Formats: sequence, C-alpha cells, structure tokens
Amino acid sequence: MSSNTRSNAAHYVAPIEETPLVAVDSVKASGRVSNLWTDAWADLRKRPMFWISSVLIVLITFVALFPGLFTSEPPSSGCYLENSNGGPEAGHPLGFTKQGCDVFSRIVHGAATSLSVGIIVTILILVLGITFGALAGFYGGWVDSVLSRVGDIFFSIPYILAAVVVMSVLSQYRNVFVIALAIGLFAWPSTSRVLRAEILRVKNSDYVMSATAIGVSRFKILLRHVLPNSIAPVIVVTTIGLAGAIVAEATLSFLGVGLPNTIMSWGNDISAAQRDLRNNPMTLIYPSIALSLTVLSFIMLGEVLRDALDPKARATR
Amino acid sequence: MTDTNTTTASAAESGAERPILEIKDLQVGFQTQNGMVTAVDGVNLTLYRGQSLAIVGESGSGKSTTAHAIINLLPGTGRITRGQILLDGKDLTKVSKREMESIRGRQVGFVPQDPMSNLNPVWSVGFQVEEAIRANGVAKGKQAVRERAIQVLKQAGLQDAERRLKQYPHQFSGGMRQRVLIGIGLSADPQLLIADEPTSALDVTVQRVILDHLETLTRDLGTTLVFITHDLGLAAERAEQLVVMYKGRIVESGPSVEILQNPQHPYTKRLVAAAPSLASRRIEASASLDQAETDLTGDVAGDSLDLVATLEARHDTDSVAAAKESAIIVEDLTKVYKIRGSGDFTAVDKVSFQIPRGTTMALVGESGSGKSTVAKMLLKLEEPTSGEITIDGKRLNGLSSKDAFALRSRMQPVFQDPYGSLNPLMNIGNLIAEPMKVHKFGDRDSRRARVHELLDQVSLPTSLVTRYPNELSGGQRQRIAIARALALKPDIVVLDEAVSALDVLVQAQILRLLADLQAELDLTYLFITHDLAVVRVIADNVAVMQKGRIVETATTDEVFGNPTQQYTRDLLAAIPGANIPLGL
Repeated sequence: MSSNTRSNAAHYVAPIEETPLVAVDSVKASGRVSNLWTDAWADLRKRPMFWISSVLIVLITFVALFPGLFTSEPPSSGCYLENSNGGPEAGHPLGFTKQGCDVFSRIVHGAATSLSVGIIVTILILVLGITFGALAGFYGGWVDSVLSRVGDIFFSIPYILAAVVVMSVLSQYRNVFVIALAIGLFAWPSTSRVLRAEILRVKNSDYVMSATAIGVSRFKILLRHVLPNSIAPVIVVTTIGLAGAIVAEATLSFLGVGLPNTIMSWGNDISAAQRDLRNNPMTLIYPSIALSLTVLSFIMLGEVLRDALDPKARATR
Repeated sequence: MTDTNTTTASAAESGAERPILEIKDLQVGFQTQNGMVTAVDGVNLTLYRGQSLAIVGESGSGKSTTAHAIINLLPGTGRITRGQILLDGKDLTKVSKREMESIRGRQVGFVPQDPMSNLNPVWSVGFQVEEAIRANGVAKGKQAVRERAIQVLKQAGLQDAERRLKQYPHQFSGGMRQRVLIGIGLSADPQLLIADEPTSALDVTVQRVILDHLETLTRDLGTTLVFITHDLGLAAERAEQLVVMYKGRIVESGPSVEILQNPQHPYTKRLVAAAPSLASRRIEASASLDQAETDLTGDVAGDSLDLVATLEARHDTDSVAAAKESAIIVEDLTKVYKIRGSGDFTAVDKVSFQIPRGTTMALVGESGSGKSTVAKMLLKLEEPTSGEITIDGKRLNGLSSKDAFALRSRMQPVFQDPYGSLNPLMNIGNLIAEPMKVHKFGDRDSRRARVHELLDQVSLPTSLVTRYPNELSGGQRQRIAIARALALKPDIVVLDEAVSALDVLVQAQILRLLADLQAELDLTYLFITHDLAVVRVIADNVAVMQKGRIVETATTDEVFGNPTQQYTRDLLAAIPGANIPLGL
C-alpha cells in the first residue's frame, strides 16, 4: 500500500565515465622490490633511533678496534702514583684514578674487552640457541622433549650465578674467552625458546606443506623454508642479549670473579673506583657512562629491530 | 513486536513515509602514511521500514566500510569525511559518542562476519547474551534478564536454550554461534539490523537454514535488514533491494530481480557472468532451452570472466572423453585419527573413486567431510590407515622412497590459501624453479627459460621473477602456485579449494585458466571444493562426501540433473539464487 511513496526502488546505474572498469587483477609490481628484509630496511631507515644506536655502535666498535687513534697512552703503560686522583689535564681529559691511571685511556682500552665478551657470547648463544631451538621445534617428539629439558635445566640456573661458580672454579684461567664461555653457556636457552616457538608456528604453514608435496627433504625444508622465516625474533633477542652479556661481564668483574685487574675492563674500573667514591666520584661515573651508553645502544637497536621485523606491529601502525 | 508493525502501518497510512535509513553522499576516508585514502565515495541510499537491502561487492569495494560507517564502527583511522547518515531522520554523523552507544544495539543491531572470533571464549554464551541485554536496557533484574536471554536464544532458533546459556562458545558449532550472534543483534528489537557477511564462514546448508531463519525473524519483528555479501546470487535471493559497489562507489542499485535480469553497468554484467551460483542457474537454463548466452558481458575482457563460456570452452575440447584409462584409482581409502581421551575418529571411511586421464573430478563436501584428508593422502602428506591408492598404475603403498620421490613430480598440489602457500622470503623466480631444482630438472639456463614459459602460461609478466609474493594479489599468488605446480610437467594436479579464497571475478579468471591449461596440457585434476556451483563449471565427474564417506558419485550433469541422494539434493538446494527467475 505504501509502494507509491517508496519511490527509491528505481533502477539506478552510475555513469560509466565516473566508475570506469579496471582490468581484473592486473599486476601492479612497480617500484622497489619488497619482502620482509627490504621492508624492514625501508622502515628502519626512517627511524632516528636506528641511526643514533647504529652510529654509537659503529663508534664503539671503532674505538675497540683502533684504541691507538683515540689515546696515546698504551694499554700497559704504568700508572704513576704522583698522578693519584689528579684532575683533567692536557692529554688526560678525564683525569686520573687513585692509582694514578689515566681514566680516558682505560675506558678506551676497556671497550675492546666489553665488545669482545659481548660478541663471543652472542656467537655462542646463536650456535647453541639455534641448534637446540630449531631441532626441538622442527622435529618435535622425543627430540623436542630431550632438547627442551636440557634447555630448561640451563634456564633454571640464573646465568650470573652460574658464571660466578664457573669463574671461581676456573680462577686461574680468567680471560675474555673463559668469561664469555661462562656467560654464554647459561644464556642461550632464552634464544632457543624464542626460536622453538616461532618454528612451531612456521612449520605448520602452507608453504611448508607445499614444499613437502614437491619432494623437498625434511632437513632442507628446515634450512630453506622454516629457519629463514623464523629467524627475525632471534635477531631481536640476540641484539638485546649482546647488551646483557656486556652487563654480565661488568657485573662479574665488579664482584671480583670476572676478569683479573691486568685486563682493562669497565667492570674492573667501576669496582676499583667505588672504594674511592667520596674523593673522586668521576672515576666511577666515566666508565659507568661508557658502559650504559654501549648497553643502551644495543638495546635501542634491538627495540627498533623488533618494531621493523614484527609484521604485526607494523600492521597496527 | 506488534508495536513496530503498527508504527509502520500508521506511517504508511500518513502518506509521505520517512525512510528508516537514508545515506546522502557518504564519503569515508582512511588516514594513511600517504595522506587520506578514500574508501567510500558518494554513496546514496534510501531504505524504508521493513525492507531488506543487500550491498554486494568484492573485497575492497567499500561494502563493509559503508555498513560500519552507519554505526560508527570504522576500524583504525577511518572516519566519515562527508555526507549524512539519517536514521529515522537523525543524523548519525553528528551524534556524540554516548548517544551512539545508546543507538547501537537498541536502534541498530549488528551481526558480525566471523562467528568463530566474535564470541569471547572465556565467558559463557548466556553471560554474553545477558550482557547485551543489560547494556541495551531491555530488561532489568537478574531474573528478567535471564528470561529475556532464553527468549532471545529461542527466537534465534537454539533448541534447549536454558541449558545452552551455561555453555561456552567452543561447545557450539559455527552455525549455532552465528545464531547466538543474530540473537544478540536482535536482543533489543532494533529497527535496523546490519548483517555483515553473516554466513560466509559457514557451510552452505547451514547458511541456508540461518538465512531462512533470519528472514522469518526480521519479517515477524518488522526489522529492516541491511545485508552485506560478496555473493550476488545470495544477495538477490535474500533482499528486495540491491546495491552493487565497486571501488568505493555505487555502480548500480535497484530492485534485485531487475538488476539480475537486466544488469546495465559493465561491472554488474561482469559480476553476473562470474558468479558461480548464477552461472549454475544459467547453465541449467541454457541446457533446457538449448541455447547459450555468452554475449552477456559485452566487454573485451569479459569472455574469460564468463563461467558459462568457460564451460563451453571445456566442452569443445572434451571431444575424446570416452574410454580413457584411469590416472588415479582410490580403493577403500580409510584414515582414522586417534584422539586423546575420546577414542578414534574416522575422518575418511572406505572412499573409492577413479579419475580418467585428462578429466576433472570434483570432490565436494562441507567442512569436516574428509575431502582435504583424501587430498593429503593422495599427496603423501598423510599416511592412510588402510586402503589403496594407485597413480599411473603404481601403488602408493610400499613404494620405495626413491619411487615415491619420482611420483611427486608427476602429481603436484595447489592449496587454498594464496597468502600462506608461498614462502614469503623466496622470490617468484625461485619459487617456480624450486620443484625443478629439487628434482634436478634441466640446468640453470633451461630452468630459467622454463620459469619464463610458465609465467607466460599463467598470464603473468616475466618481469615478476625478481619480485616477492607479498607484492601480489591473492589471484596472482594463486597463478604463481599453479605455475609452480606445472613446473615439472605433471600429469595430475590436486587443487585443494584452490579458488575458494578468491573474489568472484578473480575466481572466474582462474577457473578459465585451469580449463585452458587442462585442454593444452592434458592434465588430470582432482578438484576439492565446498562450492557445488563452481563444480558445475569445472568438473566432469563429481563425488559428494559427507562425514568421511562418498555418498554419491556420477557425472556432473547427472548429479545436477538427477541427484539420487537426499544430501546431494540438500547441497544443490542450498546454492544461492535457486529461486530467482532469470531473464536470460
């Protein structure tokens, strides 16, 4: 009865000029090549945090590799007590410690120690973490049970505590490699857990099924399809882990169970300076700043990598 | 309920009736890194009380955005940049957040798309229905709310509603969950109900029951219905008014039957030509009238989008169909899964079929029918519990690993999800070349030449070889998957729901590509699908599966013309658009 008032039922057709047809599903691949890594790079390039942390890391690496360019003092140069607690002077911009050692020179030479511990630990974590995590996640079953339990045992021991024990036992072999080994041996399980979880997700994807149907062997599927697609979170965790290792070395040295005094290390410097905190606080503050800046750079890099590599985080932005 | 009816009647009697919903020149934009992107532009529509309207379009056409704009549920950075949305004369683009909250649910109900993710798994179903009732202020007091909840669920067609209230979403099937969502949407007797693809995630037979129920319910309650779908046949069957959207604009609108019978805009013509449900009807019509309608589309690209043309092309090349040996023989294939706690589950139960060389066999069934498990056993991705598979005269059981490896090159798969089945870190060239590398097929140069040849065969530019899958659309990825499957020149391709995730036009294109490739390369297809309408276009033989068993096997014409089993008849009847008189 109301049909006469409902005049909207007319058949409307939009003018074709205003709504032109486009070819169905035409290919629009132009511009740059795009995949996870190129996209992450394009994303990173736009972040100031990435550049700040990268420049700092490059600078620290440069200092560690060529300390001679930054200080004329050789690492083994003796400390002269007549300089004890001396203030800044020409050639010694940060002054002297109580033992009369040049603070700036010690910081410059300490960079190599911190960085090498960080890098050796990271390599250890990557080798152990990827092997354990990848095999456990991909093969599952008893392989997973055995490997994951081994990881859990190491995970249950705080790695600082474990390293304290290892370093006390090996007190006559204290050097950069031993301390890195002591830290790395107990720090890998978190990496292997992250990778295992990621592999559990990736191994059920259709492209893995598709590769199986083609006839690719299991191990090659792991290497070619599963690992490359699950490695991104490992990179993030490892970058932050590198910072953790540097902190761990400083902590151990500070506690007196790390590197011997003969090796220049920020941890040792901080430890020595705390005894003289009231008279000369700057000898504590300078190596602490160096340590914080280094650790902060790696953590910042890890954070921006996380943002750039996590597609979910990108989708919500 | 009666209230609404009387108001409708009185409004109608008063002569100039005010529309319940009027959208004027609506424009919706999304803020992106590259500025504002317009998703919906210049949309006008008018809807009167008690009418039903369907918005049809492909993904990205702006159909859901339009619907979400009405109740201001635009995702992310989306906002209305121009125009008016008048609900019973009130401009919804100007109301405050608070007011909008009171309008949602009470005046405008909403049924979301995915019944699997739209109920909170940690709360009981009763809690969630009661929450909606309380939020809309329909009833007050514990007892009254509970009674209303039971009433709502009963109305939504759930048997045993009192007991069901205490259950959790995981104890409900997809269809039952969608009933709950419809119940929640209608719990406050809204004047307008927006249903956003309410049945896309459901099996066709369930879809039919749910939509029948929704139709009865909205008619009884006098609710105005806005229904969003990608299926033109479904839209026309379920709504009086049709709005076809394309790239954010309305290209055609009007009475459903008229648009379907007499589409004017070239885009609508394409849609009509490519919609499987309608194609199925047209094939039926042309078979009885013995005349084919292939000039429907009129535009140059149209022919490859017309499913009826695809069928005819297939028939033209199918001249030597008779007396071929079987490429695949499956005998008494059974797969039993051991389920912790609840014993065995027979996913595939004594399934037997044969596929003659160079033909297409469709394995049709709803979710859980075991059709994909059959495909996986065929591809040796799952081990059968018992039974025999013979491919090219070779039995799969007890095959040496070397022979099994060789057999893989003869039979290649294409999977459903175009976004998941290509390794995102391999470029297109390496993806297509991978099967050749694995099977040591040719040297580097000949493989590269073959990759170019394959890209050509699937109508993609060869410049794509250095590109990565994430730059391509779903349809293009599926072409890559097909090229990859064809790399080793296999005899058999197993297509596991290979076109189900695609938009209709793209789906039509891929179906045509598959038909052309079959004719050119004499391929044997096992085509696994839940969509009987597609089967009619692509398949020579059909096996219908239900709960792990094959209930009917016959030629496609027999299954469609003369189904012997009730289940097949139910499936056929559930193809949308069956009741639409076509003027073709």
